[in-house]
Amino acid sequence: MSSDSLTRRSLLQGSAVIATAAPTLSAASATAPSPNSGAKAMMPVELTVNGREVHLQLDPRTSLLDALREHLHLTGTKKGCDHGQCGACTVIVEGRRINSCLTLAVMHDGETVTTIEGLGTPEALHPMQKAFIVHDGYQCGYCTPGQICSAVSVLEEIAAGIPSHVTQDLDDVALSDAELRERMSGNICRCAAYPNIIAAMRDVYGQSGAKGEKA
Amino acid sequence: MKSFTYERATSVQAAAKAAASVQGARFIAGGTNLLDLMKLQIETPTHLIDVNHLGLDRIEETPEGGLRIGALVRNTDLAADKRVRRDYAVLSRALVAGASGQLRNKATTGGNLLQRTRCPYFYDTRMPCNKRQPGSGCGAMQGMSRSLAILGVSDACIAQHPSDMAVAMRLLDSAVDTIDANGATRSIPIADFHLLPGDTPQRETLLKPGEMITAVTLPKPIGGAHVYRKVRDRASYAFALVSVAAVFGKDGTARFAFGGIGAKPWRVAAADAAAKQGPKAVAEAALTGARTTHHNDFKKLLVERTLASLYRQQEARA
Ligand SMILES: Cc1cc2nc3c(=O)[nH]c(=O)nc-3n(C[C@H](O)[C@H](O)[C@H](O)COP(=O)(O)OP(=O)(O)OC[C@H]3O[C@@H](n4cnc5c(N)ncnc54)[C@H](O)[C@@H]3O)c2cc1C
Ligand code: SF4
Ligand code: FES
Ligand code: FES
Repeated sequence: MSSDSLTRRSLLQGSAVIATAAPTLSAASATAPSPNSGAKAMMPVELTVNGREVHLQLDPRTSLLDALREHLHLTGTKKGCDHGQCGACTVIVEGRRINSCLTLAVMHDGETVTTIEGLGTPEALHPMQKAFIVHDGYQCGYCTPGQICSAVSVLEEIAAGIPSHVTQDLDDVALSDAELRERMSGNICRCAAYPNIIAAMRDVYGQSGAKGEKA
Repeated sequence: MKSFTYERATSVQAAAKAAASVQGARFIAGGTNLLDLMKLQIETPTHLIDVNHLGLDRIEETPEGGLRIGALVRNTDLAADKRVRRDYAVLSRALVAGASGQLRNKATTGGNLLQRTRCPYFYDTRMPCNKRQPGSGCGAMQGMSRSLAILGVSDACIAQHPSDMAVAMRLLDSAVDTIDANGATRSIPIADFHLLPGDTPQRETLLKPGEMITAVTLPKPIGGAHVYRKVRDRASYAFALVSVAAVFGKDGTARFAFGGIGAKPWRVAAADAAAKQGPKAVAEAALTGARTTHHNDFKKLLVERTLASLYRQQEARA
């Protein structure tokens, strides 16, 4: 690939390969099935997205990510790698954060999805959205919707006592920078806004008045 | 991605039956491995059977004093379960060492056991690979083999088993419970569940076509100090180069299982027997028969040093 043929998308794909847990030799193709391709029958899918009930007819191949972006035009959620390796596509389904690129929309028929557009609006920002702005938790912003969906979920996961790789005592889960960094490792940021993302999360955690923090 | 049809199974029995009767059918659980491979057309199922809604997401106590983990229990929920944290901490530790928070929320017990290798040539459809395309050759053998296995490998394939969870389950002598299309159930010791590549690296487990995993059963707790140490290229969100699961007893006995180095989760009785002689002896026993390449020879020393570090940690705690 010559450097002047680099598009933003191919650059992101390339970086996803570098950042990958599994070294893939070829840049993974991120082609989404177009809304009406394929000979197979469409399937009805009903979702509650950001509080709104939606009815879709989808090729079963449609990922939840493509359903959100291409069919519901909720383009806040981003496609980075399309292979679970970057976290840009993170959304909250039935209260838990997942990678929307590695799941099919049909698998979520009847379920509730929250995207960045559903967390808050420009007029009424979610505290985490506000904190990202205050702490400068992004540069290009491409990873940010995924980062924010993860960040909101991470604070809930800590409050629920779910342990992480850096938890010393499995029965005593408490907030620390190490915990936040480890739990956010599924969200890659090519602009390396990491320290400011941690600051934003600490800020929101502080506002919640939660206890049990460790330095 | 190739076209496929999709159904949501309504019972365990119906799922197994459908899987055996439809040519090219596959189960889908979390989808985090299968869909990844389908996008690259490494997997091309014609029909997907969604097993997410069959009530297999519970963890129950067994009459023997162990735990029966439903095949659809998510990795996050298994790691966080109070009984697992208390009695099988090595399993919690192994789980949270794997993948990312998002992926663990989706990944299931059954799917994790069946996840396929991360060999870079298996992932690159332009390359020869005996596992992906039997008889095409092995791109890794003379290629970039740094991440690949050194134990249980064959002339046909040197792929590593990528799972962290399965290493802890191997350490704990778990069993994999299944059901087939006729409704027949069996319980397969995890030691036998994964196959070595031999001449048929495309065959990875003892499962017959259509046979479905319903649960993984843990025997009653064995006590001891539980540890899982994973060594990788990044501090998080990366597969193991080497991992060691261990349970240390108070009397100097210990048991060990290894990840990142084997064609399947690796455990050797002689390594456990060498526990009192220290890390060098354990490593030597575990690595008997190791076959390395220029790129992955470092794993032998890394196994020994990882063990040494665990021993030091144990001594510091004692
Ligand atoms: C970026 C990335 C990083 C990762 N890092 C790690 C890591 O560090 N450590 C690690 O251990 N793992 C890692 N993983 C892998 C992850 O753990 C697996 O993808 C996951 O555990 C698979 O579970 P699943 O439920 O999503 O499986 P699926 O993708 O749904 O299924 C996998 C296979 O199992 C079959 N299957 C599923 N359930 C059943 C059943 N009940 N009976 C019979 N067959 C069944 C499917 O047909 C399919 O062939 C990573 C994955 C990604 C994408
Ligand atoms: S090591 Fe196995 S999986 Fe990798 S290229 Fe060779 S045959 Fe394929
Ligand atoms: S788009 Fe990268 S993880 Fe989904
Ligand atoms: S990738 Fe640019 S802000 Fe994270």
